[in-house]
Amino acid sequence: MNLGKIRQILRAEVIVGSSPDREIEVCCACDLMSEVLSCVPTGSSCLLLTNLAHSQTIRTAEIAEIPVICFVRGRKPESQNIKLAKKNGLVLLSTYFSLYEASGRLYKEGMPGCSGSRVS
Amino acid sequence: MITYPKAPKIQELGYELKVRQAMNRNLITVEPRTSMSKLRGVLRSNRISGVPVTRENKLLGVICVEDLVNWLMSGAKDCAIEEKMSKDVVTLCADEPLVHAINKLQQYGFFHFPVLERESGELLGTITREDIIRKLLQKLEIEYREEEIRRYRASHIFEDIMADKTSLIFQYYIVGQDFNRAGESSSALKKSLKRLGTHPDIARRVAIAVYEAEMNVVIYARGGEITVKVDPNQIRIEVEDSGPGIPDIEKAMRPGYSTAPEWVRELGFGAGMGLNNIKKCADEMNITSTVGKGTRLEIYVATKKESVSYEVK
Repeated sequence: MNLGKIRQILRAEVIVGSSPDREIEVCCACDLMSEVLSCVPTGSSCLLLTNLAHSQTIRTAEIAEIPVICFVRGRKPESQNIKLAKKNGLVLLSTYFSLYEASGRLYKEGMPGCSGSRVS
Repeated sequence: MITYPKAPKIQELGYELKVRQAMNRNLITVEPRTSMSKLRGVLRSNRISGVPVTRENKLLGVICVEDLVNWLMSGAKDCAIEEKMSKDVVTLCADEPLVHAINKLQQYGFFHFPVLERESGELLGTITREDIIRKLLQKLEIEYREEEIRRYRASHIFEDIMADKTSLIFQYYIVGQDFNRAGESSSALKKSLKRLGTHPDIARRVAIAVYEAEMNVVIYARGGEITVKVDPNQIRIEVEDSGPGIPDIEKAMRPGYSTAPEWVRELGFGAGMGLNNIKKCADEMNITSTVGKGTRLEIYVATKKESVSYEVK
C-alpha cells in the first residue's frame, strides 16, 4: 500500500517528509518501543502507529529502520524531534483516529501486520 | 509528457528544491509591439518553441510556434505579437516546490512555464522539463558523491593499514537520566558501521542491541561508556556503567521482569524486554554485575561474508 493511500485512509496530516508513492509493506501499532525494536522485520518498509510522540519514538524508528511514523489521536512531536526525524529522512504523519481505529482501518484495507497476517 | 519517476528520493527532492533553483535565468523575451513577421527569427535563432511577451519585466503573455503557424496559415497581414499571443498564461512562482512544476507540466502538457517572483510579479526566468531533470540529477549526484566519499574513505581502513591484525576501537559516553539524548550513541555507531562497509542488516542488529543497552544505562545509572571494537571478523561492544548493579542476572534476563520506574514505562521502555532483545540481536552476550558498583555487558556480533569491506575467515 502506498503512503498516499495510507494518508487517505487515516485522513492523516503530514508533519514532515512527503513521498506519496513510497510503498509500505507492513504496519506495527505499538506503544512499547522494545516491542517495536524486536518485532519489525529486517529490511521491511514498515509504518509505525503509536501514541508516543517523544524523542525515543524517532530514535527507535531510526535504529530499526522504520521509514514512516504516524502518531494517533492528533499527537505531534516537539519541533526538536521533528528536526531529528527530518535529519534521518523519516516521514511523520498525524491522525485524529485512535490507535485501535487507525489499525482497524488499515487492516481492513489489506495492510498486513508484522507477523504477516492480513485480512482474508 | 514527463514520466514522473516513482522514486521516493526524487519526490523528496521535488519538495525540497524550489522552482527558483532549477529555472533558466537566461531570459529571451519579445516586446508586445514586435511584429509577427519577426517572431520566426527569434524562435529559430534561439531554438525555442515559445517566448514570453513582456513590458518592463512584466509578463503580458506568451507567443509560441503554434500561434505563428496559425497566423501564417490564415494569410493575414502582419500585426503586433500582442494581438496573437495567449494572454491567459499558466505561470509558476519562484518559491514553489519543484514538484508543482512537474505536476503542471504533466497537467497542461506545455513545454515550458514562465517563472514569476511572487511579490512583485516580475518575470525571472522560464522552466522546462530539461531544467527540472538537470537539477534533480545534479542534486542526486552531489548527495551520492558525498556519501560515497565518506564510505570509501572509511571502508578502506582495513585494507590500507598494514599489520598482522587490525582493529578499530571507538568509544561513546552515555549521560544517565537524560532521556532526550538517549540513543545518540547508537545512532552514531550505526552510521559509522555503515561507513565502514558493514552489511546494513548487521549494522541494524548492532544498533538495536546497543540502543537497548544504552537505554538501560540511561534508566538505571548515572552514566556509562560504550566501547566498540571492530575487527575484520566481528564487532565487539562493551557497555559499562556505574549504576546500582543487578542482584539476580538470571531473573533480570526473564522476559517481562523489570524494575524500571513508572516514568520509564510511560515512555515505552522498561517492559522487561531489553536484555532479551540484546540477546536476540547478538551472536554472543555476557553480562557481569556487582551490586553497588555497576554492570558490564559484552556483545559480540559476527560480521559475516556479506560484509563488503573485509574478508572473513
